[in-house]
Amino acid sequence: MWVLVTASFLMIHLIPGDPVRAALGPTAPAALVAAKREEMGLDDPILVQYWHYLQDLFTGDLGTSIVSQLPVSEIVSQRLPATLQLALLAFLVAVAVAVPVGVLMGVLTRRGHGRRTELAFTTSSVVLGIVPDFLIGVGLVYVFGVSLGWLPVAGNDTPSAYVLPVLSLAIGPAAILSRIIRVEMVTVLEADFVRTARAKRLPARTVYLKHALPNALTASLTLGGLILGSMVAGTILVENVFAWPGLGSTIVSSILNKDYQVVQAIVIVYGAAVLIVNTLVDVALALLDPRSMIRED
Amino acid sequence: MSTLVFDDVTVQYGHTTAVDGVSLTVPAGQVVGLVGESGSGKSTLARAAVGLAPMQGGRILLDGAPVPTRGRNRPLQMVFQDPYSSLDPRMSIGESVAEAMPRGASRAERRAEVERLLELVHLDPARAGVRPSEMSGGQRQRVALARALAGRPAVVIADEITSALDVSIQGAVLNLVRELQRELGLSMLFISHNLAVVRYVATHVAVMHHGRIVEEGPTAQVLATPDHDYTRELLAAVPGTKPQTGTPR
Amino acid sequence: MRRWKGVLRTPLGLAATALTIGVLVLAVVAPILWTDEANAVDTSDILAGPSADHWAGTDNLGRDIFYRTLVATRLSVELALSATIIAVVAGLVLGTAAFLLGRRSGRLVSAGINIAVAFPGILLALFFAVIFGVGATGAVFAIGLAGAPGFGRLVQTLVAGIGSRDFVAAARVAGVGRVRILFRHVLPNISEPLVVNATISAGSALLAFAGLSFLGLGVQQPRYDWGRLLMDGISSIYVNPAAALAPGTAVLVAGLAFNLFGESVAKALGVGVVGGIPALPRVPAAPEAEEVAAEVHHQHDDVVLDVRDLEVTFPGPRGPIRPVRGITFAVRRGEAVGIVGESGSGKSLTALAVSRLVGDPGRVDASRLELLGTDLRASDSRAQRRLLGTSLSMVFQDPMTSFNPTLRMGGQLAEVARHHQGMDKKAALERAVDRLRSVRITEPQHRAHQYPHEFSGGMRQRAMIGMGLMGSPALIVADEPTTALDVTVQQQVLDLLAAIREAEDVALVLISHDVTVVGEVCDRVLVMYAGKIVEDLPAGDLATEARHPYTRALVAAVPDMDTDLDEPLAVIPGRPVDPADVPLGCAYAARCPLATDRCRAEQPPLETDAAGRRVACWHAGEPIDVEIRDREDVYEEVEAS
Ligand SMILES: Nc1ncnc2c1ncn2[C@@H]1O[C@H](COP(=O)(O)OP(=O)(O)OP(=O)(O)O)[C@@H](O)[C@H]1O
Ligand code: SF4
Ligand SMILES: [Mg+2]
Repeated sequence: MWVLVTASFLMIHLIPGDPVRAALGPTAPAALVAAKREEMGLDDPILVQYWHYLQDLFTGDLGTSIVSQLPVSEIVSQRLPATLQLALLAFLVAVAVAVPVGVLMGVLTRRGHGRRTELAFTTSSVVLGIVPDFLIGVGLVYVFGVSLGWLPVAGNDTPSAYVLPVLSLAIGPAAILSRIIRVEMVTVLEADFVRTARAKRLPARTVYLKHALPNALTASLTLGGLILGSMVAGTILVENVFAWPGLGSTIVSSILNKDYQVVQAIVIVYGAAVLIVNTLVDVALALLDPRSMIRED
Repeated sequence: MSTLVFDDVTVQYGHTTAVDGVSLTVPAGQVVGLVGESGSGKSTLARAAVGLAPMQGGRILLDGAPVPTRGRNRPLQMVFQDPYSSLDPRMSIGESVAEAMPRGASRAERRAEVERLLELVHLDPARAGVRPSEMSGGQRQRVALARALAGRPAVVIADEITSALDVSIQGAVLNLVRELQRELGLSMLFISHNLAVVRYVATHVAVMHHGRIVEEGPTAQVLATPDHDYTRELLAAVPGTKPQTGTPR
Repeated sequence: MRRWKGVLRTPLGLAATALTIGVLVLAVVAPILWTDEANAVDTSDILAGPSADHWAGTDNLGRDIFYRTLVATRLSVELALSATIIAVVAGLVLGTAAFLLGRRSGRLVSAGINIAVAFPGILLALFFAVIFGVGATGAVFAIGLAGAPGFGRLVQTLVAGIGSRDFVAAARVAGVGRVRILFRHVLPNISEPLVVNATISAGSALLAFAGLSFLGLGVQQPRYDWGRLLMDGISSIYVNPAAALAPGTAVLVAGLAFNLFGESVAKALGVGVVGGIPALPRVPAAPEAEEVAAEVHHQHDDVVLDVRDLEVTFPGPRGPIRPVRGITFAVRRGEAVGIVGESGSGKSLTALAVSRLVGDPGRVDASRLELLGTDLRASDSRAQRRLLGTSLSMVFQDPMTSFNPTLRMGGQLAEVARHHQGMDKKAALERAVDRLRSVRITEPQHRAHQYPHEFSGGMRQRAMIGMGLMGSPALIVADEPTTALDVTVQQQVLDLLAAIREAEDVALVLISHDVTVVGEVCDRVLVMYAGKIVEDLPAGDLATEARHPYTRALVAAVPDMDTDLDEPLAVIPGRPVDPADVPLGCAYAARCPLATDRCRAEQPPLETDAAGRRVACWHAGEPIDVEIRDREDVYEEVEAS
């Protein structure tokens, strides 16, 4: 977290040239620029600035937008819920699809079974996994919004407006996740302890669900965590496709407007979200896997 | 011929002490067998000698001087357990052997030396260009021996060099080790968990337990009249030597 | 090189390769051919839909979108490749740093990489885009640097994998410097995965670039790449959808091409060339259980396991492979039978076949396979499962991996009783605790609540044996049960097996490559070579009375505590037989000092003598001249290979 905060502080200071001059435009009078710099404390030594920055951050003061003059914290809290909704829904959809599909595929394609099924599944999941979410978004907009006209393609006013953004965010991760789960499932089914379970002549269902599944999920989670983390960031592009009033569309417009205070704050929010997801994954891992440290004491 | 002396050597990994104040001498021209269960610190001691494990205390001396673990001159060489991972799959066996030779020789000299070494370990010198993937485990282990000898070592450490090999090949490698040792008068530290193997190749034996040497002496004597409880336990566990009684603890 | 050709063997690989080449060619020629068409402004025909003149319609200045998309290929690919180069170079530097620097600074670098990797690329790219400013150059650096941690981590993992191999240690011991090791040993061994991943990164960079340009943070007017075209197109998607779809498709095709090309190469290199293995023909269904029951038991009642002509077959690329080639033996109540042989002789497969655990695609055939008089060849039924689950118990080689790490020990034992003996949870657990006690595990009550990783290796192996005692086994099949254990622990496990055998009158099949172990524990020993039994003799006769040359060599090759120290050990020249290529005649002929022409032409049958011992050799019991063996020792393995 500290790394993140410091990095976003440095970000502004690494920008070549004068951020204030950049924000106010080349025609702004020199006096105004100087006043603004004074106000933001940009002329202080860098460590002093850093100290003030940390203090402000601690008290929830994220500064003021240089463009709209609104407090940044207000902008962020206005926009955050929409982004959260989008990310959470997509996350649920992705997991709800990926786990059963991955497990089923794993069982169907174990040990050279169902070579055709495997080829079809791998190919389609590779393709779906590679296509970036914003292109899926564009495709969905074209098919369901423009051609068929079934679903709205912008905003988040009606429940039906959620469908396309959530889908375009969820499809890629769901494909990758189910592929990971399948591979892990196939690997686990080859493991010695599954052979032991077979030697005990347990029914197939017990072997798959009780012995194989928890191990496959534990193994998938580490990689899966990274993917879930990337979903958080995926909102940035998807929001821009669907004009979703969240943080993602705000950060882009702020970058273009050189409104760096806002950019800085949103980068911190996104970074924190990724950190939280990773922490949650670690916790889940610890709960699932008895070998982890946390369970031991 | 050289004498290798471990003087109060300690190696720690984090909080665990793998080797705990070990003092051991490998006399010139002799083979010392080091036995003990897995995790007792045998390999760590060996790796410390060649500079692959960090030492927290003690000294390792070769003829009274510290063993060099930097630079090109390495009078201490090691043969590893797994012949499948100890040869670079992308290099021919000749290149692998040549790489370990001291610098400064001409191309022709190197070639001749590689041939001599391969011959020494009973491999056909014409096969110097072959890659390890085309060789059996026993053949690879011979290459590994040849590579160790290429550095013109005074002392060779052999770390479980037969345990990854199939029973039918083990014998050939053990024969070769004995033959080389006798012909070249090498000093040798021969690590194994198998007492019967150690008995066959080693003149002296040291028993390691929990990072310490618990017993040491001429092989025949230690095996006939073991002093330490752990040595007795080891001896009793050698399959084929013991009437079936004994209860696990 | 041959392996690279494997890429072209799969339809997906072929398509990906063709597309990748197509994209690269287009990147070179498109701007040369069509720049003028792409830039021609026609204000009278703006934002038009697709037509014969303009296949994908026109933009807000009336420029042809189809041509613009084609011309944009070069810039898109160029930018993506530049970004990839940055990512690869930075990644290589980061990834190898840990190897070159000492322990401490190395750890710092990898910690840094790990943190950076957790952050999604697009976030890093935005971060860098802010620093480098909006525009194409900024975006190249942004995407390149954003990709660096991922690539760095890959390099680091690969380097660490190679770096921990013994040949690197051997090079260090030989005095080879770190930098030299890196270039001579490490990088060549990881170059393939690196190239593959660089290709995949190029695909991802292309897509990421489109993303940034789409956001307006990448290429700026008047230059254009696919992302830029897409951004302009989507604003007019209701007027002319093709304006968004054309560049969108282009991005997609190119990105997929690079990605899939990389993946196909990875697959081809990783798995080698596998040209589809033909499946085995279906076996005629095993005789129905009832028929078999009618087939009279002309066996002694005390035969626990009766196996005749057991064969195990796997489909291979060049026809079926048969690692077990017709094995016949029986095990009586309370008897301990050992199976010895070299690695690959088919010991484990025999054990698995007997217990019906050979999985697909293997096939087991036998003219008889009976446990306690029940035919095991009959199809999988509930009754059969119960019989196998309660009367036959298996102990496997590696106690570390043979238990489910996520379940408690007690539960794993109790399962058996719950499924086959219909016990409830509590009763089953009680029995499990009792069984743990019976295999001499102290505090069984407490231990039953622990997970496998809390048990030591020897304890796990005992628990495994205890699991087999949940029912009332008539036969224990133990496949190398002590190979993974220390000598002292090995003795405890062997003692335990002997004690159980005595107390419960259980038969034991003990598989081992160690003749001394089998000799100590068993009554009778089966010696296997190349999937056949070559000798069957009382364990006591092993050391002195063995008649088959292979058995004799096996015994003499392993030093024991009585080996003569002045004699060289016996040596078995050559290599074991490859099951895919079994010679005519006696399989051992190529390595046998007694081999004659007859041996090479005719397979010796397994013949039983008056004492019930069996041996398969034309020259059984003939003396072996030691001198011959010693001479052959020189270059022996060369000859055989
Ligand atoms: N699933 C499989 N598919 C194809 N071949 C197999 C399969 N399993 C085993 N084999 C082959 O069958 C042969 C015998 O294998 P098996 O595991 O029975 O040998 P083993 O005598 O137990 O050897 P070890 O001492 O190494 O355990 C080997 O050549 C092996 O490659
Ligand atoms: S049959 Fe011939 S080749 Fe085979 S083991 Fe007997 S003597 Fe040797
Ligand atoms: Mg086996």
